[in-house]
Formats: sequence, structure tokens, C-alpha cells
Amino acid sequence: MITGEDLILACSAIGAGLAVIAGIGPGIGQGIAAGYAASAVGRNPGAKSDITSTMLLGQAVAETTGLYGLLIAFLLLFVKPLI
Amino acid sequence: MELVSTAGAAVASNDLGFMIKGLFKYELFGQELWITTTHVSILIIDVVLITLFLLTKKKMKNPDEVPKGFQNVVELIVEMLDNMVKGSLGDNAHKFANYIGSIFIFIFISNISGIFGLRPPTADYGVTFPLGILSFLIIQFNNVKHNKFGAVKSLMDPIPLFLPVNIIGEIAVPISLSLRLFGNVLSGTVMMALIYGLLPVFLRFGIPSVLHVYFDLFAGAIQTYVFCMLTMTYVNDKISDA
Repeated sequence: MITGEDLILACSAIGAGLAVIAGIGPGIGQGIAAGYAASAVGRNPGAKSDITSTMLLGQAVAETTGLYGLLIAFLLLFVKPLI
Repeated sequence: MELVSTAGAAVASNDLGFMIKGLFKYELFGQELWITTTHVSILIIDVVLITLFLLTKKKMKNPDEVPKGFQNVVELIVEMLDNMVKGSLGDNAHKFANYIGSIFIFIFISNISGIFGLRPPTADYGVTFPLGILSFLIIQFNNVKHNKFGAVKSLMDPIPLFLPVNIIGEIAVPISLSLRLFGNVLSGTVMMALIYGLLPVFLRFGIPSVLHVYFDLFAGAIQTYVFCMLTMTYVNDKISDA
């Protein structure tokens, strides 16, 4: 017998899974940033530290959207706001 | 984030070891409040930091001409922080080096405290949101101080119709700053707890240390750097243009 609470739990789990699909975008973006940083270091090895810090800053900002999805997943799984 | 809501009574049902746990309950003005693991972690970190600062102060009263040992390490850290602030703020660096250096050390020690078995305080939104608010206040204070009425004018940038959009843009800064730090540290904490839960007891020594280096040390250092760099970038945005 499936109660309403069970149904909400199951749907929350599915929703959490769907929410972390948001990780695709930042993954691609961070990869592109790292690739361009690598080619920039190849062209100008002297500016390695500047390039690295700029790359990390950009990647961290790009990561934020993925983290929002992750936080939604955490909320659905552990805080259970819908029950 | 009401991650603390399950503290105490009902925590046993899904205790995976990364939730904030309530340790001590008290009432204030009819409100039920908890002393949680976050408070304990912050207290331990503060005691450690204050001890280090007092040791530094005692040492620097009569410093060695040629630094060695403890003095060397402290000078290295201070020099690194000063260079980081100078790199992005330039001539205004001396005004902000204190604040940026302080939050850098606090956030860094907080993030890596997972290595020492504490629950990182920055994995609690109640800690990162005040940090974001502090940065927001610093940004806006310098905005008003430097631009005077230009601060209000910049809110209605192209045309006054954009006022609500620009206000939302300003308010989003502390929220995104704090959520970024919170999300990264929380995800590291959750991953470590899940890995500890998966491994059998005799494998829990040794193997997770590699992952601790990644999730706690690497991600923690990067996020600390990013928090400070973004704060400085936003401040520089407000005070650099004439």
C-alpha cells in the first residue's frame, strides 16, 4: 500500500536526480576554461600564475549554477520540505 | 536552510554523520534554541586562531633580524595575503588587507577542519550567510563612500526602469557568495560521510585520506581564494572607476 508520504518521498528522490543534471553545464564550461588556460600557458609560460588564478576564479563562478542544482537535491533528499 | 531542524530528537532516523547535530537545548524569550556542532567547531577554531595570534604578537615584539622558524612561517603567510590583496586592489590594498586577510584565514581553517574530524562550520548556511552579508556591507559602504550620489545613480543605470533589476543584482551578490561557499563545503562533507559509510571498518584508515586531500584541502583552499577574490573584485568594481 503506497501512502501519500511514500509517493512524495519517491518523487523527491526522482526530483533530486533530475536536479543534479544541472552539473552538466558547469562541467562543460569548466573544461572549456581549463582547455583555453592550458593553451594560454603554452603560448605564454611566463604568465602561468596569472592565468591559473583567472581560470580558477572563472571556474568557481561557473560552478555556482551547478551547486544550486546540488543544493536543491540536498534539500529534497534530507530536509524533505514537501512532507 | 533548516538543516538544523532535525537536531536532537528525530535525528536518529537518517543519521549519516554529516547533519548538524544539536548538543544542548536552551530557551530564550520562548524560542527553542540549540547549541550545535557548528558552535563547537567555531569555538575550537577560534581558540586555535587566537592562540596563534597571541603567539605571533609575543614573537613580533622583539623579532629576529633574520627570520627563522615560527616567525618565518608567519611572515610568509602575511606576505602572501598582502600580495594577493595588492594584486587585485592595487593602491587601495592597505585599506582592505586586514579584512581580507582575516576572513581568508578564518574560512581556510574552517574549510580544512574536516581533516581534523570537526564538522566544517562553513558547511552551515548560518555561518556563510553572515560572511556574505559582511562582504555585501563592505562593498556597499565603499560604493557610497566613493561614489556619493553616483551609487544611487548607478542603480538606475541606463534608464530608471532598470531600478528593480539592478537592486536584485546587488542583493544577489551576498547570496551567491555565501551559497557558493556553503554548497562546495557541504558537498565535500556529504561525500566524505558517504564514503565513510560505504567502506568497511578496517578500510576506514588510510584510503579516505587521499579523498580528504581533494575534498577538504583542495576544494577548501580554492573556495577560500574564490570568496576573497570575488569580494575584492566587487569592491574594486565600485571604487576604481572615477
